[in-house]
Amino acid sequence: MVALVLPRLVAAAGTARRSARVAGRNVTAMKLSYWLLLVSGFLEPLLYLLAIGVGVGALVGDLTLPGGQVVSYATFVAPAMLASSAMTGALAETTFNFFGKFKQLKLYDGMIATPLRPIEIALGELGWAMVRGSAYSVAFVVVLVAMDLTTLSRGLLAVPAAVLVGFAFGAAGLALATFMRSWQDLDLLGSVQFTLFLFSGTFVPAEAYPQVLRWLVEVTPLYRAVHLIRGVCVGVDGWGWLLDVAYLLVVTVLGLVVAARRMSTLLYR
Amino acid sequence: MTGARPLIHARGLVKRFGDFTAVDGIDVDVRAGEAFGFLGPNGAGKSSTMRMVGCVSPPSEGELRILGLDPVRDGAAIRARLGVCPQVDSLDPELTVRENLVVYARYFGIPRRVARQRAAELLDFVQLTERADSKVEPLSGGMRRRLTIARALVNEPDIVLLDEPTTGLDPQARHLVWERLFRLKQQGVTLVLTTHYMDEAEQLCDRLVVMDGGRIVAEGAPRALIERYSTREVVELRFAAESQEKYAGMVAGLGERVEVLPDRVLLYVADGDAAVAEVHGRGLAPANVLVRRSSLEDVFLLLTGRTLVE
Repeated sequence: MVALVLPRLVAAAGTARRSARVAGRNVTAMKLSYWLLLVSGFLEPLLYLLAIGVGVGALVGDLTLPGGQVVSYATFVAPAMLASSAMTGALAETTFNFFGKFKQLKLYDGMIATPLRPIEIALGELGWAMVRGSAYSVAFVVVLVAMDLTTLSRGLLAVPAAVLVGFAFGAAGLALATFMRSWQDLDLLGSVQFTLFLFSGTFVPAEAYPQVLRWLVEVTPLYRAVHLIRGVCVGVDGWGWLLDVAYLLVVTVLGLVVAARRMSTLLYR
Repeated sequence: MTGARPLIHARGLVKRFGDFTAVDGIDVDVRAGEAFGFLGPNGAGKSSTMRMVGCVSPPSEGELRILGLDPVRDGAAIRARLGVCPQVDSLDPELTVRENLVVYARYFGIPRRVARQRAAELLDFVQLTERADSKVEPLSGGMRRRLTIARALVNEPDIVLLDEPTTGLDPQARHLVWERLFRLKQQGVTLVLTTHYMDEAEQLCDRLVVMDGGRIVAEGAPRALIERYSTREVVELRFAAESQEKYAGMVAGLGERVEVLPDRVLLYVADGDAAVAEVHGRGLAPANVLVRRSSLEDVFLLLTGRTLVE
């Protein structure tokens, strides 16, 4: 048993260490302009929360959730903004920045001449994206608690949920970015991301859509993310969240596997 | 250790990209401490070979052992002991010169403190200490190449792979790179390099293979190759433009061999001065005459019918 497990553990520890060195490179490369980008990524969902959640919310009034709870519109929108913020933070790093390093700067061509393997590069970049994404999530949860849009204990639970959301979108972003041929392709991805942002049960409950559309919305990753975090922030009965967690875990693993495979194909020519 | 297994061992090595065969069944052995060269024109398969040796390109066919290991199965372990200077710089433009070395050392698992110390030593070695905190972008081509060479040394490799280390550099920058590579060679570092510059091959390589169209057409020490395939001296005759063919016929029989290039006629002879006298004796007046010793360029020309650099 030990003979079987130990080598794998050692290998996993090595992979983790090497991935951390890839992330370490990004820490070294961090400059002032990057911090500004970081701040904007946090401000955007906050502005949406204020403009739509609070602003439009004043016109909308209260909402009755499927579970029967009556909540203010801002309370309804806030968890969705947390989910979107986790998505945006992860995708910014794993699509635009990753694509730039991969195809434009050709950084990974240099990295693969070292003991680093593609999966370790992918994990390192994802890990780095999650550091950034988690910072967004924590900051956003602080705002939500301060605005009384969720309780402290629920907010604390929402952080790991948001991190999971980040992992899923980050991994998916890496996989998608390996298929991108140009910056134009990435613009397209941006449009898809914005569509998800608008229609994933973020501003309007999915129950409000016609049956077919509703089904379509409910299989999208951001819907699952919003559903999970809203459940945590507002509180719902049942085990629906397990489906969300499973969904996001599958996306994470699948994204990483596809990203590593694609990187191997493209780099080990 | 000498006489032991070669550091690089290839038999029938093939690399295909779709229908195109870049490397077509080559046999190579590189021993510890030698400077080994792949000489050939662009498209000869040199870079593809280097990428396979560097364990970043799986061979399509044949046997390949690096440091006694299998590059497909043990790629990471082999790469840990290689230093690679690729043809196209893959330096990190978001980092400074020094950071490029330290961060790269970290990829090999070298502790940060050691990495910093080694970076300082290597910057000194490639004469870039003054630019340590500069970004990579404003560096000249020669400086970038020296930094790439320094980066290839950061893990104290057993073998250093240099893919066209001086291509695109001006003469002064090339000499500086050569001088540094020569020092490495003297320190006993095993160097494997590709080049299409015959002077580079002659100066740096203990042994080389001449590649053309994915195949090895000759192998040996530079001097030995020249002696085997070429005459002692070469007379270069430049006639008026477009008339090389015509005059070539008129100097036929003067040497062992006559080669006609677009801009000059080459006479392969044992005694250059005697041949020049004979040319003048035949009443010919070339615009320019040069007598020189045979070089690898001539070997290549004989073996492939083409020049190395057009």
